[in-house]
Amino acid sequence: MLDKLGPSLKDAIKKLAGKTVIDRAAVEELVRDLQRALLQADVNVKLVMHLSQRIKQRSLEEEPPKGMSVREHVLRIVYQELVNLMGTTAEVALGPQTILMAGLQGSGKTTTTAKLARFFQKKGLRVGVICADTFRPGAFEQLRTLCDRINVPCFGDPNESDALAIIRAALPKFAGSEVIIIDTQGRHALEEDLIDEIIRINDLSRATHRWLVIDAALGQQASEQARRFHEAIDIDGVIVTKMDGTAKGGGALSAVSETQSGIVFIGSGETIEDLERFDPDGFISRLLGMGDLRMLIERAEEAVSPEEFDVNAMMKGKFTLRDMYKQLEALNRMGPLKQIMSMLPLGNLQIPDDAYDITSTKMARYKVIMDSMTPEELDDPAVIGSSRIHRIARGAGVAPEEVRDLIKYYKVMQRALKGMRGGAGGKFNMQRMMKKFGRTQ
Amino acid sequence: MFDSLKTKLKNITHKFGSSIEEAAGPLPEEEAAAPEAEEVEALPPEPPVGAEDAGEAPPEEEREEPTFFNRIRVLVREREILLQEKDIAEPLLDLEMVLLENDVALPVTDEIIARMKDELVGRQRKIGASVDDLVLESLKSALCGVLGDGLDLLEYVREHERPVKILFTGVNGTGKTTTVAKVAHYLKKNGFSAVIGAGDTYRAGAIEQIRTHADRIGVKMIQHQEGADPSAVLFDAVSYASAHNIDVVLADTAGRFHNRANLMRQLEKIRRVMKPDLVVYVDEAVAGNDAVIRAEEFNQTVGTDAVILTKADMDPKGGAAISIAHTVGKPILFLGTGQGYDDIVPFMPQSVVNELLGGGEACA
Repeated sequence: MLDKLGPSLKDAIKKLAGKTVIDRAAVEELVRDLQRALLQADVNVKLVMHLSQRIKQRSLEEEPPKGMSVREHVLRIVYQELVNLMGTTAEVALGPQTILMAGLQGSGKTTTTAKLARFFQKKGLRVGVICADTFRPGAFEQLRTLCDRINVPCFGDPNESDALAIIRAALPKFAGSEVIIIDTQGRHALEEDLIDEIIRINDLSRATHRWLVIDAALGQQASEQARRFHEAIDIDGVIVTKMDGTAKGGGALSAVSETQSGIVFIGSGETIEDLERFDPDGFISRLLGMGDLRMLIERAEEAVSPEEFDVNAMMKGKFTLRDMYKQLEALNRMGPLKQIMSMLPLGNLQIPDDAYDITSTKMARYKVIMDSMTPEELDDPAVIGSSRIHRIARGAGVAPEEVRDLIKYYKVMQRALKGMRGGAGGKFNMQRMMKKFGRTQ
Repeated sequence: MFDSLKTKLKNITHKFGSSIEEAAGPLPEEEAAAPEAEEVEALPPEPPVGAEDAGEAPPEEEREEPTFFNRIRVLVREREILLQEKDIAEPLLDLEMVLLENDVALPVTDEIIARMKDELVGRQRKIGASVDDLVLESLKSALCGVLGDGLDLLEYVREHERPVKILFTGVNGTGKTTTVAKVAHYLKKNGFSAVIGAGDTYRAGAIEQIRTHADRIGVKMIQHQEGADPSAVLFDAVSYASAHNIDVVLADTAGRFHNRANLMRQLEKIRRVMKPDLVVYVDEAVAGNDAVIRAEEFNQTVGTDAVILTKADMDPKGGAAISIAHTVGKPILFLGTGQGYDDIVPFMPQSVVNELLGGGEACA
């Protein structure tokens, strides 16, 4: 069902393309699809409604900046509003600090504690870990096993039932540590005693940071839980765990919005290294189930300057080896072809497989081969016969087969382009996209 | 439990009510009294409108196109109104929001709304018949349809050949291990013997965790060391149970994500080796839309015979129950409602629906 969602949003965005005036119906459709995408990603219902209202209003009221198409204008607003939703980017200081982990049962606090210890350890800091989970059987063994693997000292006592006593005993032991991480028992907002306990732990440890660990799959309940935790101990960062599943992590946004903080880390796997700094753009793409908008726009901007492509000539079917050379160069700067295609918000556009069939090493080869060609050959590849192939191959230091390969690839591209000239829905739309980016950015 | 959903749903039924009431328009008193003799000949034997009664029987099932003519005709002749889509559009939207806010996954919400619409639009309603009842009935039947029947574990164990083998599956951190302990305790309390197989050989501390639980509730546990093949552990647990005439084998497994092909294959192997009678999928009641996706995936790879929802105590909403039950189409066995061994309650869909919507008879 998720596979259906991405394309529908993409289709809605596609409809905006080529429009010169903002079309209320198209914007409304886009907003509706956006709402569904976000709701499906477990973002708080009220947040979603608020966000979509703002996007609609801004899209319809704001004048698009000069030179920006309607589609880009609306996409930019969507992007900006989503970034706003992400909250502030929480900084991770690489200095002495005490971190208190809080969260619901089973959200992944203990695993994350070990991952954090590893993170700070790799940054060259002395780390100490305290296991203040006195309730769950096996919690201390779990944390100790994980810490032993990375040689981080871990303090705990499975026979002690008072978390505060453990912390009181542990703190002097870790006086020499720069970073102290306190793992606590899972608790939820309705458990008054446990909320009391974490308040006391917070007071006792005088924690620099209190991070809330949120399971990526947590639904609408995220807001309420985050609010209560925030009230209790003033949460200043959110860690989203289990992002390696299929959950979108929308609940974390609700938590961020309730706590007025930001996402610090993302846990994305079962091994101790699987902890990533938060990247808003990647998060947004995942929320919406579509390509990374901003990265694409930026990359295309860098990669393609308008004069580099004589798009009109190409559209007329005059696609020479010279054009292909430029194209390969541009692609090289943008990254692997397939990745670029996946980043484009173009719906399920079909790209012929043989167009992908060119690896980056092959691309570099092709460029060398083309460097050995004469201008005449580049402009009119038809003149390249068998003797020229041999000359080019010698000049480039490759086998003649590779030159033939290149010419075959060129022909595939040319055919694809011809198919595209038929208008929208053509077989190979990349040139047109290039043109779009070339012209409008 | 599920308090928030409960109050919300009550408000919604009321809202449906008032907006349908509105659609009907106020009925002038005198007209209500005035006989419409000329139209009476073909009248069905309906009680007069004056005798309006809140406890009115549900309206008739016949549907008609809610055209203007039909509306008038029905209004005049039969003193009923035909519901139109626009009459209930607003409360339907509200209901949609309520469901979403309570973690009912989007596709499931869509379906409930569609059912409600189907059921209400084009239906005739006698003026004065209680709209609340009408709405309540259709909401109830929609929810009942989604929640399905319950499953009584004790009865299941009684009726099947011992040992009954139960395999627990689910993603990480949903509470499988704790649930295994609770179920063992529940069985023991009800006079059945149980053995636990420590099939989570991956997570650090998992074996210690379940060992402590098993010791506390006084149930035998079969374990290998960390990193062992879970299939082998669970096979041993089954053999132990057969040899010692134990009623139930509870097989814990490591949490795994449904998008990890290898781990899912491992689970499949476990199933092949221990041949469970029941595969119980454990998920948390606080999960959002992803609940649907993973429940579906687990169901496809290893099958699911029943569902246990944990952490229902931290979630006064009940959406995940509705979502998962709807996706998998399998009964919900238990709700986990706290950290103690006794915090597990058998799930009865009828009583939940009744609790949510209050009063009235249970699902038909």
